[in-house]
Amino acid sequence: MKQTSKAAVPYIIWMSVFIVIPLFLIGVFAFTTTVTVDAAGNIIDPETLGYMDGAGIDRETGELTADESEEETDISWVTFPLTEKTIFTLDNIFAVSDYLPVLFLSIWLALIATAICLIISYPLSYMISRMNFQRQNIMLMLVMLPMWMNFLLRTYAWMTLLERNGWINKLLALIGLGPFEMINSQGAVVLGMVYNYLPFMILPLYSIMTKIDERTIESAQDLGAGALAVFGRVILPLSMPGIASGITMVFVPAVSTFIISRMLGGGTNMLIGDLIDLQFLGNAYNPNLGAAMSLVLMIFVLLCMSLTNQLDNEEMESVLL
Amino acid sequence: MKKITSRFYLALIFLFLYAPIAVLIVNSFNASKSRTVWTGFTLDWYRKLLTNETIINSLGNTLLVAAVASTVATLIGTAAAIGIYNMKKIPRSIVLNITYLPILNPEIVTGVSLMLLFVAVKMEFGFTTLILSHITFCVPYVILNVLPKLRQMNRNLYDAAMDLGCNPTSAFFKAVLPEIMPGIVTGFLMALTYSIDDFIISYFTYGATSQTLSITIFSMTRRKVSPEVNALSAIIFAVVLAILLVMNLRDAKLRKNTRRVSGERI
Repeated sequence: MKQTSKAAVPYIIWMSVFIVIPLFLIGVFAFTTTVTVDAAGNIIDPETLGYMDGAGIDRETGELTADESEEETDISWVTFPLTEKTIFTLDNIFAVSDYLPVLFLSIWLALIATAICLIISYPLSYMISRMNFQRQNIMLMLVMLPMWMNFLLRTYAWMTLLERNGWINKLLALIGLGPFEMINSQGAVVLGMVYNYLPFMILPLYSIMTKIDERTIESAQDLGAGALAVFGRVILPLSMPGIASGITMVFVPAVSTFIISRMLGGGTNMLIGDLIDLQFLGNAYNPNLGAAMSLVLMIFVLLCMSLTNQLDNEEMESVLL
Repeated sequence: MKKITSRFYLALIFLFLYAPIAVLIVNSFNASKSRTVWTGFTLDWYRKLLTNETIINSLGNTLLVAAVASTVATLIGTAAAIGIYNMKKIPRSIVLNITYLPILNPEIVTGVSLMLLFVAVKMEFGFTTLILSHITFCVPYVILNVLPKLRQMNRNLYDAAMDLGCNPTSAFFKAVLPEIMPGIVTGFLMALTYSIDDFIISYFTYGATSQTLSITIFSMTRRKVSPEVNALSAIIFAVVLAILLVMNLRDAKLRKNTRRVSGERI
């Protein structure tokens, strides 16, 4: 079957065009910017350019088409026509540092959500893994079922619950509490993350725990280990790979989300994903800055992953599928 | 005591998982336009939903994109898996690592990068860009499902078929393909599901003519009150539940049968 490695050729071409080149383009955009230069190659700063446009000076010829300017700016040094040019710059990367608080907020909220997912999922996964085979399947199906609904619908459902006139406030009013401001807060964003990504934590934990042999636990007990020692010295170490992959599978989508924060955070709790979205499809249109942010986010996520998951390829497959 | 605690814990988690969906479904029958006041039972939202052209069109678009993308992805991915399986160690690990990128990368980065590519080659955003993007994120799932099946297969199978008089093509179709078929089917189904469910990558690569269902849902949820979304959720939930039940029943039946067969042989 030596010749058959050629079967991968169409994919390798596809992969180069649609995976490698696009990522390369992110790098190109992140390190360049478009500027206006005059015929002599001098860069025209935005202020001068704004003045010229305001005064009605034609960019091609330099002729005055309509004199509407109030102040005079010296533009005698400008030679026409003006053209646009792409130049190398580190400005975008430096500009990302202005948004570090947003990046830190994203990381912080994603970390909290990941921790809550882990705390909720760990006992649950253990319980499911100790049930009989048929009940395990039913439980897993029940866990997976909400995940099969579109995540926009699931997040929308929480909007209905958390609103000021929402169901939770109504229930609380029955026992004389509230109303509480729950939506449009960081807590609501974390809740949305936990709700959406909880199954990503349960599944890897469950699949690693089914591999823990009941007899291992029993022999630890026979050797005199109490409940705490069984957990700390048998179950926890054996489930470590599941914990690691669960953490990555929750943290990565949580840190880069941009819809959950918009729907439940009410626009005041912007995350890094929202900022990237704004640079490409929003009001703040600036693909160069957006690309720089994407680059930073991508490097951060890939670094985190190489730290938590020291897996080889075959293990990776079993985790992902 | 321990049993009661764990029962309580399970109940609490399932309440957390299903309460929001239950509220959506209840609201889909609510005559009031408000999400929180119950004024009576109605099927109006379902009627409105089924006559809503935007939704029907976008459902069609979703299915079309998913069918084309997952089919092409399965063809490219299966061929790729066979090729990768027979590669030397270093090129194989390079190709595999690049293959993992769309899965490991935040989806927003993949979406943005594809958008930059289409802008750079001045491609008009529409079905073509959407399908190309969907194929791109579907192929890795096919490869990752087919590769393990190839590893489990006996390496001599292909040569044995050749010795018995097959030419390379018929050896592949008669000996190799049946062995890896389960992986191909799972890969195809996974690609189909991911494509139908995708929002983030579609959001950056769709055009005005190629709105998918999730894009339409997105624009509906941005308006404050839209009870049709509730009806839509209820329908989607029912469909998903039905699919999962059928799959589970079939699995259970299959297991029962295989147990019976293997039982007889022992």
